[in-house]
Amino acid sequence: MKVKVLFFAALREQLGSSAEEIELPSGVATVAALRSHLIARGGAWQSALAEGKLVRMAVNQDMAKPSAALKAGDEVAFFPPVTGG
Amino acid sequence: MKVSVQAQDFDAGAEIRALSRDPKVGAVASFIGVVREAGMTLEHYPGMTERALQKIVDEARGRWQVLDCTVIHRIGALKPTDQIVLVAVASGHRGDAFAACEFIMDYLKTQAPFWKKEAAGWVEAKASDDKAAERWK
Repeated sequence: MKVKVLFFAALREQLGSSAEEIELPSGVATVAALRSHLIARGGAWQSALAEGKLVRMAVNQDMAKPSAALKAGDEVAFFPPVTGG
Repeated sequence: MKVSVQAQDFDAGAEIRALSRDPKVGAVASFIGVVREAGMTLEHYPGMTERALQKIVDEARGRWQVLDCTVIHRIGALKPTDQIVLVAVASGHRGDAFAACEFIMDYLKTQAPFWKKEAAGWVEAKASDDKAAERWK
């Protein structure tokens, strides 16, 4: 299944990407699994998204936990902790 | 209820006056965030930002008497002394207006997808902001 993945702020700059469509391999069915899938690309992906880095996630524009399930067509976003206000 | 994410400045006086037209309103509490010292650029997540702010306002309405409410957050390039954010809450009495206004600001700081970038780089999130939001749980 395909999902749309967005990156914002420092993550967007580190990854050199603001959006991409990703075909998820079977077995990648949660936000945490998608993060691991991206980390496996190595390089900037590994350093920016590594476990221990503070990364917030949203699914369909709602904040989501790592265990949140994904379905085809979802919009998933990864970004640093927010700093508005 | 009004939620706006915009590049242009806002007239806080006019926004506050607009909240006190209903004769049931006895109190309007407001907060204005202002750029301190260094200029910055504010990035956001279009779509989710408005949705997150609306959810925060809805949560406040469930907890306190909120007769009307305005939340305006600016994006783009801002310089020192510029206004960044306005939260104004109209209620029957001051207790609900103060509490709802502070709650909305605390949640906005930790839940609404905005990011500040200064000349020195991206601003880091503060643990004190997480603590401020935690106390409303």
